[in-house]
Parts: sequence; structure tokens; C-alpha cells
Amino acid sequence: MSAGHVENAHSDVHDGHAHGHDHGSGHGPDSHDAPHGTFESYVTGFVLSVILTAVPFILVMARPIESAAYTAAIVLTCALAQILVHMIFFLHMTPKAEGGWILLSTSFTIVLVVITLAGSLWIVFHLNRNMMPVMEDMPAMEAPATQ
Amino acid sequence: MSATVLAADADPIEFHVVEEVHHPEGGSTNLGFWIYLMSDCLIFAVLFATYGVLGASLAGGPGPRDLFELPLVALNTTMLLLSSITYGFAMLAMHRMDQKETLKWLAITGGFGAAFIAIELYEFAHLIHEGAGPQRSGFLSAFFALVGTHGLHVTFGIIWIIVLSVQIRQRGLIPANQRRLTCLSLFWHFLDVVWIGVFTFVYLMGVLR
Repeated sequence: MSAGHVENAHSDVHDGHAHGHDHGSGHGPDSHDAPHGTFESYVTGFVLSVILTAVPFILVMARPIESAAYTAAIVLTCALAQILVHMIFFLHMTPKAEGGWILLSTSFTIVLVVITLAGSLWIVFHLNRNMMPVMEDMPAMEAPATQ
Repeated sequence: MSATVLAADADPIEFHVVEEVHHPEGGSTNLGFWIYLMSDCLIFAVLFATYGVLGASLAGGPGPRDLFELPLVALNTTMLLLSSITYGFAMLAMHRMDQKETLKWLAITGGFGAAFIAIELYEFAHLIHEGAGPQRSGFLSAFFALVGTHGLHVTFGIIWIIVLSVQIRQRGLIPANQRRLTCLSLFWHFLDVVWIGVFTFVYLMGVLR
């Protein structure tokens, strides 16, 4: 039964997706649990990406919002949203993929990335403030030093 | 003392699994490739951090607002975004086992990738011609390192597309080639995710500042 089942799966590989051989035969990367998209999911992801790309570009090029801070906040939000869209619709990330190892390695990487980025910017911001005064800051820095 | 050692020798304790569990060939490739991508992600994180630190160090040279042409960047972003969805169509064709369609969409993806690289090289040449090369200031060194590394990744992605297309033409959509297509799909979409960071932090934030 099982052997016949596998052969069946082989023979209908050509006309379709061969969902049949899900245990043991191990043929084809799509036979294990790696999720893959559908036409609709790719188009949905693409449309969302286009919107989330167009909005920040228009905001910065045409500047309909005067405040740079608000514009920057919207631009950053769009970027984060678009990264999520790509992860879900193009990279097909699900919490269960590869028995949770994808989620674990990605979370670990995100922690390292946040430490690297936030740590570098934070430390160097203070270094710049405290140790490398630029020309126009010089008089202001000298005042407390002469006390 | 020595007697116990001898006794232990006589009856060895197994500290490892003697019977290897059977894994289907290539079963762990996806996860392994994902972990490679995560390490690549750390490289880009360091380059982004470097850019964040050096981005304001102009050394009296031109700044982002003087140099960046957003319409060109928007065109470049469009190329990469289009290449992402065409790669998705290649993957869908692969799942249908449609070799001709797969190769067609791979070629279109490679074309968009090549257009992206061509526009980026034009931008770089333009900047260097204006005297804004990587040696001009800390900002430009960090800019060329970050954007150049991304461009290099896309270039290698295009080489991978070409090599894989030749392999598919020769061997068909065999399981090994399907696995390679899946890995390249992750690589290509990952580069698009990195580009979101580049156009947001480098170009848009640079012009906004």
C-alpha cells in the first residue's frame, strides 16, 4: 500500500504538486513542512509593499507634512510594516516553520541587531557630546572647565 | 582506582547516540541557509551602525541632501520590488513543476536585478565624478560600504540565478534544484528586506535631516 502510494505520487508529479508523499519518501523540498505562498499571497504582499514604499517616498519628496519629526516617524513606521509584510508574504515565515528554529534564530538575531544598532548610536552619541567638541561648541565646553 | 577505570573500559558508557536518526537528504538545508542569512543580517547591522555613527561626519564635504537624487532611488526600489514578485512567480511555477515558466520568471528576475545594479553603478559613478567618492568623508565611506555591500550581494544573487538556470536547463526541476531555488528565494527576498532599511535610513532620512 505504502509503496504503491509513493509510486502514485511520483507519477503525478508532472500534473501537479504531489501532495501525496508526505511521509518518509523525502522527495522534493516542498514535501517537508516548508510553507510556500500562493499567487494571491504574493500579489497581496506586492501591493502592500508598493503602498508602504510609495507613502514614505511621497512624504519626503513632496513634504505634505511640514514637521520633520512626524514625517520621520511615519517613514520609520512604514519601513517596519514593510519588513513585516516581506517576512510574511515573501519569506513565508510562520512561528512553526522548521519546528520553531526559524523563529528562535530570527528572534536571537533581532536581539543582536538591536543591541548593535542602539548600543553603537547611544555610546557614540555620548562620546561625541563629551569628548569631541566641534568648533562651534568649543566656547560652551570651556566655560565649565575653567571653574 | 585503576580497577574502576578498567571496569569502565570493559563496559563503555555511550555518551552519544550510536544509531544516527535517518534524515532525508537536504532536510536541514533550509534552516542552515536561514542561519547563514541571519549571520549576513548581522553584517548589515554592523554596516548600518557604522553609517549611523559616521553619517553626520561630513568633513566639510557634501551631505546627503546635496548628493541623493530621490527619483533615481525610487526607480531603483521599484526594480528590486518588481524582481521580488517575479521571483515569487518563479517559485509558484516551480511548485507546479513548470520548468519553462520557472526559467522565464528567473530570467525576468535577473533582468530586474541587473537593472538595479546598473542604476546603482550609475549613481556611484556620478558621485565619484562629482568628487564625492568614498575617500571624501566619513559619511561617504560608510555610505559606499553599506550600499556597496548590498549591491555586491545582489550581483552574486544574479550570478546564482544564471548558474541555477543552466542547471535547471540541464537537469530539470529535480529535488536538489528545487532546494536551491528555495534557498535563492530566501536570499533574494532577504536582500529586498535589507534594501528597505537602506532606502529608509540612508536615503529618505538623509534627505529629511
